[in-house]
Amino acid sequence: METSFTPLAAIAGGGLIGLAVMLLYLGLGRIAGVSGMFTAAIRPSTGVGERAWRLAFLAGLLLGPLLASAALNEQLVRPSPAETPLLVLAGLLVGLGTGFANGCTSGHGVCGVARLSRRSLVATATFMTAGFVTASLLRHLVEV
Amino acid sequence: MNLSKIALALVSGTLFGAGLAVSGMTNPSKVLNFLDLSGQWDPSLALVMASAIPVATLTFNLARRRQKPVFEPKFVLPQNTKLDMRLVAGSALFGLGWGLGGYCPGPAVASLGNPSLPLFAFLAAMTVGLLVSGKLAASLDTTSRRPQPA
Repeated sequence: METSFTPLAAIAGGGLIGLAVMLLYLGLGRIAGVSGMFTAAIRPSTGVGERAWRLAFLAGLLLGPLLASAALNEQLVRPSPAETPLLVLAGLLVGLGTGFANGCTSGHGVCGVARLSRRSLVATATFMTAGFVTASLLRHLVEV
Repeated sequence: MNLSKIALALVSGTLFGAGLAVSGMTNPSKVLNFLDLSGQWDPSLALVMASAIPVATLTFNLARRRQKPVFEPKFVLPQNTKLDMRLVAGSALFGLGWGLGGYCPGPAVASLGNPSLPLFAFLAAMTVGLLVSGKLAASLDTTSRRPQPA
């Protein structure tokens, strides 16, 4: 599906993401990294208190797009153009990869890059490159 | 666990999710059109990062002037500084999966408000991947710590 460049919406949305990072770090002293938060929220060994704030954040993450869609009177959550079997493969790779790397686009890409963490800079450069190569080449081979 | 912490996490998550949606990042086609340099390139994702990162940088600078966060005794930052294969290979696998489906973990969870079978399939597979990576990493750590045979 073709999409158009939406610079103002991108800057406004990025600002909201930045504010979310600020609130969570200055309030609870925690990095807003979704893969880590998701893992800790579902892992059985996580304590009640440690699980509760993560579940609250994840509930908000789900609620935010609903509120934004209602406010802008537009369905902002869209399906992936990829077929389900490909999405299963994609999900496995995303889970394994972010698990091994201890972070994804939020934890490494936004928070880690912002504090110039060397690990996050390396992780972000790597997943960006892999993402560009995959979408630019493989995407055409499997005709998504 | 006090209620103000839960409320703060809920508000932060809501802002995060709203930001993803407003910027178009809950539309995987938009993400894929950023990652796909061969087609109709949509640079929006770059501006999302360029806008979020300075606010995050400001956050970490503000935190340096404070003893502790408002509701907790200390700021928690990752202590791992190793640039190892786990980090690089993991990030490469992640990028590969991201480029196939257009979902990274944040937008995938944020999309649950408009659920669909393909999204559930992605999230279920991602959950398996995350849990397996934890087990694999733990066993690899044990193996590498074992004394080498003479």
